[in-house]
Amino acid sequence: MHELSLIHALIDTVVQSARENGITKVTKVKLVVGESHGALPDALQFAFDILTVDTVCAGAELAIEKNALLLKCRECAREFHPEGYLFCCPGCGVSNAALVKGNELYVEYFEGE
Amino acid sequence: MSVDINEMKHGSKMKGTVSKLRIIVGRDLLHANAGRAVENRALLDKNRVVAVNLISSPGSGKTTLLEKTAELLRGKMSIGVVVGDLYTARDAQRIERAGVTAVQINTAGLCHLTADMVGRALQEMPLARLDILFVENVGNLVCPAAFDLGEHVKVALLSVTEGIDKPAKYPGIFREAAATVISKADLLPYTDFDLPACLGEMRQINGGQQVFVTSARSGQGLDRWCHWLGQLAGDNLPPVEAGGSYTGGTGG
Repeated sequence: MHELSLIHALIDTVVQSARENGITKVTKVKLVVGESHGALPDALQFAFDILTVDTVCAGAELAIEKNALLLKCRECAREFHPEGYLFCCPGCGVSNAALVKGNELYVEYFEGE
Repeated sequence: MSVDINEMKHGSKMKGTVSKLRIIVGRDLLHANAGRAVENRALLDKNRVVAVNLISSPGSGKTTLLEKTAELLRGKMSIGVVVGDLYTARDAQRIERAGVTAVQINTAGLCHLTADMVGRALQEMPLARLDILFVENVGNLVCPAAFDLGEHVKVALLSVTEGIDKPAKYPGIFREAAATVISKADLLPYTDFDLPACLGEMRQINGGQQVFVTSARSGQGLDRWCHWLGQLAGDNLPPVEAGGSYTGGTGG
């Protein structure tokens, strides 16, 4: 959904950190995206290719790690991966779950020279 | 999305460590927004104002609900409204005619409000004399759900004319909402909207939320809605030291 603005923030982060660390060419950026963000890898890649032009990230590889949703039922404490859009607990059937994993959105690292 | 470069620099200095040519960053890309949201919530808490982020499709009746709510709460609670639209100040003007302080934010095309935009609007609000602040988000069921504005609760609207599929098609916001207001219930006899089926599906998507079946035109359900708002503002006044989200509860 916000692939362009997410990648914009990613590039700002990497460019800033590259400058601080004396890196003039970034070769790889590792991004971790939770399923809950609904960010599409193709759209992220597209935005990355466009927005890195004329930056130290130009031509760098974008590695995307997607984290699946993991929920914990507030009723019976069971942890589960939801199927489709329903967040019903497979144990007790109640739909009242807290997010354990899948809401991540961060640059894990970048590589450069 | 606006990015605060100074914050960025600060964060990367704190978390960045050099390991040969691999730089570990590990920072959230929505960090700038999240930081501003925390500031907004602290300001609201300091003034003992409960903030409600109202999210729905365009045309589902957010402004009309707020006009009616202002009417019903007049003399009981003091409310303020921050209104987000791509263009025009029409909604803020409508709300001001209902006797409520309103600040309009024009996003000039952006599909959601950010914490920074709301933070600037809060500077224009008489927070010290408010009980509830509504943030009428840009009409959109997708993007607004992803941006914390510093609110205490999110409330979703679903109008009868939109059909019952919206919660299943756009579960994100209905899952996060402490309450969903079903609006335009006076039109139920003229549509194929299956209310019991809709309520059943909403329970499956988010069993912890409150659901209010309302009509701003007939007044149906608005008493329950206002009662819930009263509980939010009165019984659950946010502690000064921390924000946190209300997750529904059993009343209403």
